Amino acid sequence: MTPGGTSDLPMDEHHLTTPVGPEDLGRLKIGDIVFLTGLVFTGRNGLYRKLFEEKAAPPADIPSLTNVTFHCSPAVGEKAPGVWEVAAVTATASFRFEKHVPMLMDQYGVRLVIGKGGMSPEVYEKHFKRLGAVFLNTVGYGIGARYGRGVKGVRSVHWLEELGIAQAMWVLEVEGFGPFLVECDSQGRSLYGLALGETNEELKPLYEGLPLPSLRRLGEVHNPEDEVF
Amino acid sequence: MRTTEAAAIQPGLIREVAFELNRRAAIAIPRDVEGSISALAQRETQKLAKFVLLEIVNNYKIAVDDQRPMCADTGLPRFYAKVGNDARVEGGFVALERAVREGTAEATRKIPLRPNRVHPLTRKDYNNNVGIHAPTVDYSWEPGADWMDLTCFQKGGLFGGDYRMLFPGDGIPGIKRFYLDVISEFFKRGLSCQPAIVGVGIGGTKDVCVRLAKEAACLRVVGDRNPDPQVAKLEEELHGLGKKTSLGPMGFKGEGAVLDVHIEVAYTHTGGMPVSIHHQCFALRRATARIHADGNVDYRENPLWFTGYYRRETVS
Repeated sequence: MTPGGTSDLPMDEHHLTTPVGPEDLGRLKIGDIVFLTGLVFTGRNGLYRKLFEEKAAPPADIPSLTNVTFHCSPAVGEKAPGVWEVAAVTATASFRFEKHVPMLMDQYGVRLVIGKGGMSPEVYEKHFKRLGAVFLNTVGYGIGARYGRGVKGVRSVHWLEELGIAQAMWVLEVEGFGPFLVECDSQGRSLYGLALGETNEELKPLYEGLPLPSLRRLGEVHNPEDEVF
Repeated sequence: MRTTEAAAIQPGLIREVAFELNRRAAIAIPRDVEGSISALAQRETQKLAKFVLLEIVNNYKIAVDDQRPMCADTGLPRFYAKVGNDARVEGGFVALERAVREGTAEATRKIPLRPNRVHPLTRKDYNNNVGIHAPTVDYSWEPGADWMDLTCFQKGGLFGGDYRMLFPGDGIPGIKRFYLDVISEFFKRGLSCQPAIVGVGIGGTKDVCVRLAKEAACLRVVGDRNPDPQVAKLEEELHGLGKKTSLGPMGFKGEGAVLDVHIEVAYTHTGGMPVSIHHQCFALRRATARIHADGNVDYRENPLWFTGYYRRETVS
């Protein structure tokens, strides 16, 4: 189904368990709402640097745990030595990880990526569509308390000493964890692809009569329909 | 005028207050922000935008009910101290800064806050949000007072800020274009985590201009207007323009997600009109306390940072 606009999206709700199978992934449509139960591992540049640049052996057997990753790190307290309690989680912007996410999908079987802001249409077309993978956006984006409630425990934490709390790889036990919005479905369709068209249309007339600045900067974007990444 | 010297504020108390301000800021949304986003959620007619706004309002409630941080990116905790001209701190301001650092490290461990502060090159993280030049403490002074106001702000900060050297010839249209450009850059895909309060600094030197924009966004409450009627009028114009962009929460179509626009001006070089813009996200973490010389502490939500004296509204 190709919807007319974002206001036509049904926003159907799905409750899935991890690892999320190809049939479940195939059912998700852009704008749908997803809740997850099972295991999710966190990863951002610290983890990717270790895995893909330093080529360190993975600290856990990722494919046997889950196929869901989350671009985030938690606000987490150590209640007793080695006993962690997650207070809140929120995503960090995903476009910065476009180089490494395809590697994570190809080498570690990741098929569901949770993050912020989505990724570029090229990555969706080239990798998500090829693998039937789905990108979920967190909502808001700063609704960390709500997501924190969905985290029931910390299964394990890896490379904590080297990377620190904010970059370590956390394996989180989650239940009714969400809501997340389907940003890219298994066919490579993007919710932001649809949304940006709608808002650009409204933005353009506001620029009428507003001149370019007298001092330009090299590399600066002057077309408001362009994006910053 | 006071004739007797005020009692000294104790560093131990400052440490306790620094901890408590971090706790309040991380968990409880100030009412001005909560109220304006709730109203926006009620008005919104677009399905996706309304869904997001209602989740944001719900999240504020969960944070308070569960006593957990409203957002996991607890930002970079920093402090603003407004010190009465007659106030004294036992051990001096070095003791104050030490107390603030201790309170921040303790808050990071116990609330918990995410230890976001790392060395910019080595990325070393000591897991306590304390480090080189951090947390910053900015100072201002208040005549005829023996108290000290301490504001804690936990500042996120990868997106939603920019600076442009405009010239007098660029005029108000130049400011408006820059304002729209920053919204176009950072409201798309919700990079600014809007609804946002937009702070605009006009004039000063580059560093003052950027500082004023950030303080305007972070330290003035929704609905507050600049006392200069000409500046207040521009605040309202830019607020109206922001609403028309139709870039709602997460960048979905809706009422443009600008909660308010706060402008601060500073006298500047005769040839230029530097402008800085700063977006403060909806997870606005701030809390203020007035520490009295006698040891009493009053907590409040409004920092009241921009006083007549702070703006140097008069020459004397």
